[in-house]
Amino acid sequence: MAQNIGNPLISMPASAKKGEVIEVHCLIMHPMTTGLHKNEQGKLVGGSTPAHFVKTVDVTFNDKPVMNADWGIAVSTNPFLAFTMRAEQSGTLKIVWKDNKGGIWSVESKLTVA
Amino acid sequence: MKRRDFLRVTLAVGAAASLPVLRPRRASADKPAAWPAEGFDAETLTDAMKRTVGKSDVPLSPKVKLNVPKTAENGAVVPVTVEVDSPMTAADYIETLYLYVDNNPRPLASEFHFTPASGKAYVQQRLKMGGTSNVRAVAKTNKGQLMATAQEVRVTIAGCG
Repeated sequence: MAQNIGNPLISMPASAKKGEVIEVHCLIMHPMTTGLHKNEQGKLVGGSTPAHFVKTVDVTFNDKPVMNADWGIAVSTNPFLAFTMRAEQSGTLKIVWKDNKGGIWSVESKLTVA
Repeated sequence: MKRRDFLRVTLAVGAAASLPVLRPRRASADKPAAWPAEGFDAETLTDAMKRTVGKSDVPLSPKVKLNVPKTAENGAVVPVTVEVDSPMTAADYIETLYLYVDNNPRPLASEFHFTPASGKAYVQQRLKMGGTSNVRAVAKTNKGQLMATAQEVRVTIAGCG
């Protein structure tokens, strides 16, 4: 089955005042399958669809860490994430998603601090 | 490949992947530690909390603000917003936020590691819920202080396969 995957999107202000806390929204297409299903007895077992999910999201600004996330199988399909960052200087925000099968996607956005 | 063989292979790989390995705790914000498999593999809330924050009873605090719907029609996409009161300075900030869904087959849903550059200890995401359950947020400060909150979400249609 063809699967929509990747295509990371980011939404954040293009400019901010120094010291302002800005909110960043991001989204990536990903199946986020759990690898679990219920058998006839209602017991959870390994399913025929293997687990395929984003495990980490790393956020940096000018290569310095802002936030990073570790995710399990409970995160919804096509995961949306909102977080904040304190704007201290102009530069580039980068978000990198990595999944459990070696998939890596990233997106960047520039911020001008006045 | 027969289904039986496939299952055997995937189960063997899964067992190998879940072998306990010694791994250094997150040393600094600059070097993210490995994905915490032992917490995500836990099958009960008690185990998940013990493996992530070291204990299963964390005092509730009004500083941890959790916003979830009282009722979710679709358990596959439950919006969860968390903000923790903190100055988020180098001396005093929220280092880690843990989110659990108490009754999920794997209760630990996510961990967020903040830095003072985060500005706020704030995240919003969507979680899958296998049924009606508490959603639980536990925050850990850079000094190791733990605080928590929990709120029940009634799920009409379960979201775990």
